[in-house]
Amino acid sequence: MTQAGSVTSTSETAETITGAQSLIRALEYADVDVIFGIPGGAILPAYDPLMDSTKIRHILVRHEQAAGHAAEGYAAATGRVGVCMATSGPGATNLVTPIADAHMDSVPMVAITGQVPSSAIGTDAFQEADIRGITMPITKHNFLVTDAADIPRAIAEAFHLASTGRPGPVLVDIAKDALQASTNFQWPESLNLPGYHPVTRPHAKQVREAARLILESRRPVLYVGGGVIRANGAPALRALAELTGLPVVTTLMARGAFPDSHPQHLGMPGMHGTVSAVGALQKSDLLVTLGARFDDRVTGKLASFAPDASVIHVDIDPAEISKNRYADVPIVGDVGEFMTELVAVLQAEYAAGRHGDYAAWWSTINHWRDTYPLGYDLPDDGGLSPQLVIERVGALSGPEAIFASGVGQHQMWAAQFINYENPRTWLNSGGLGTMGYAVPAAMGAKVGRPDTTVWAIDGDGCFQMTNQELATCTINNIPIKVALINNSSLGMVRQWQTLFYGKRYSETDLQSHRFPDFVKLAEAYGCHGLQCDSPDQVDVTIEKALALNDAPVVIDFVVHKDAMVWPMVAAGASNDDILVAREMAPKWERED
Amino acid sequence: MSRHTLSVLVEDKPGVLARVSSLFSRRGFNIESLAVGPTEEPEVSRITIVVTVESLPLEQVTKQLNKLINVLKIVELDDNSAVQRQIMLVKVKADNHSRSQIMEVAQLFRAKIVDVALDAVTIEATGNNDKLAALLRTLEPYGIKELVQSGLVALSRGGRAITDRSLRPVDRTA
Repeated sequence: MTQAGSVTSTSETAETITGAQSLIRALEYADVDVIFGIPGGAILPAYDPLMDSTKIRHILVRHEQAAGHAAEGYAAATGRVGVCMATSGPGATNLVTPIADAHMDSVPMVAITGQVPSSAIGTDAFQEADIRGITMPITKHNFLVTDAADIPRAIAEAFHLASTGRPGPVLVDIAKDALQASTNFQWPESLNLPGYHPVTRPHAKQVREAARLILESRRPVLYVGGGVIRANGAPALRALAELTGLPVVTTLMARGAFPDSHPQHLGMPGMHGTVSAVGALQKSDLLVTLGARFDDRVTGKLASFAPDASVIHVDIDPAEISKNRYADVPIVGDVGEFMTELVAVLQAEYAAGRHGDYAAWWSTINHWRDTYPLGYDLPDDGGLSPQLVIERVGALSGPEAIFASGVGQHQMWAAQFINYENPRTWLNSGGLGTMGYAVPAAMGAKVGRPDTTVWAIDGDGCFQMTNQELATCTINNIPIKVALINNSSLGMVRQWQTLFYGKRYSETDLQSHRFPDFVKLAEAYGCHGLQCDSPDQVDVTIEKALALNDAPVVIDFVVHKDAMVWPMVAAGASNDDILVAREMAPKWERED
Repeated sequence: MSRHTLSVLVEDKPGVLARVSSLFSRRGFNIESLAVGPTEEPEVSRITIVVTVESLPLEQVTKQLNKLINVLKIVELDDNSAVQRQIMLVKVKADNHSRSQIMEVAQLFRAKIVDVALDAVTIEATGNNDKLAALLRTLEPYGIKELVQSGLVALSRGGRAITDRSLRPVDRTA
């Protein structure tokens, strides 16, 4: 915890305070500066002293799900622990989706929920839900506090657990009577977590073994996952890549960990990855796996994934190692520390005259890259291409801007056609695939990084799941920008219907070219509402939005609905069978 | 599929058993036997789990069990290098004719008669799975009215204990 130094001179206040006051003081000790939440019966005692806190800003959202995603967006953009708060029962269950989301994507988050009084727990009391039981499988850990004296320790442990090791969500459920009881505040000097010892220092012998394999291999790839971003490992990754000259692929969760402009970067692997990134993994003889987890969206059919590759797997979570793919060199530890140590070992090897030779490998990769660049077709009828819109939003906003996306086609295009140069500039729901993530996550990111341009790249389906938070943004002066990629459909589902269900479009037509009127909706929420439906207006409209910073902006980009995400590896298919476009497979071997 | 016995040291806190068992149920693994009780350390409990699964998914479950904050240590105890015991109480139909025969069976298995009624006797037996199964087969012809069996408990043979280093609180600057 960053504030470790400041708590050594721990104070036990002689004064008697309430459990609720103790909670707010504990959150201040944990360095919380913002909480996203909604009050209600059981958590009400905590909201009274919160009103007096000069350190903590509370942002009143319109739905608890948004409080959770906002905490995630704040955490992903800043690297700090995001905090959300809700009452018992439905308030707590509305947090379940963002908690599960944070669990899948290793987002440091603390969720605080009120619980019915301890005497009423288990009686089906009004607004009672066993949220600790409900969230057991989707939290890193959770607590039920029924004694006011336990509140500071639970908060201290929750923040420590959320932010160390493999980050993740921790829930603290506090009974109302514990919030109301009298107590003395005592911030714990040491934590009592005897079963928690995350290993951060990689084993030196394994680092040397990794270096040996890298020098011996002929077709190595740095397979970079979201763990590199969580570990603040981007500088070490760049040093490692440039020292070794290895090709780099960044997964959906790792976009921004390595500059897209860098010549060694092949882009994103996986179901909608570039041919060169997918091909590099598939034909590799050594996967240097850095904070990635061999997700099914990356590997395709696991049995035929990278059949010739040995695997070095570095992860801070031992349970990820050899989970999906056997690791020849398993390394448990902080991926940033690993890369720094590997650089030192490799420098010594190079000094001793031992080098790897990857010239033939790069020649193959460059052939793929030249032959199968990412691209898209413009619609024949002069309509607006969603890929073009997203590409221009990225280009005009610059490399410092932050982009949060929903889930679906627009998410994949935002991962493909925006160039990410910096870590923590691409936020999305990768593991759980939560539609509705974009607007509240962008809100949280903007709160954490108020001087940065923050875009929500959202679809018309996703947007309608959480757009009520535009009210929160307007009222609290959080001027996010929303690029609404409005194809009037659940686009990704429609794409699968086109490809796999004989173009039978069952329940994917949202008719959102007709309803709602997104410009009016934006204006109703106090936002600037713009609309754009022709290619020649795209840049002008985006520039207009970039110039408006007094309120949130929503641009309704009316795009054509038949655009598809390419390349694509069909679900369950082998990565060998990637299609660059419909019925168009790349040729892996050069014919010359 | 093979039978595995896991010994799991946990903090004695509410909810720990649910956290542990849900990692098995999530995968559809059926826990054959489960025993929980105190240990030589006042705040530490020991859970003994018997489950029949493939080795690879079990390894994954074990890693995930290790991730649970309240889990302190896990070892797998194999049948050859561990002492394993279960306790069983069995109520057998008995009349004046069969009672002495049943008592003789109990004696052969070093089991105890713990209750006697006009029409039944209750036997307490301790042992490993095989011994208890053999006892039951022998008693079956007399008519078993009721049967209850504890989870298996097990300790490794030899001088080493599951805790080879003392428990200490995590360094908060770590």
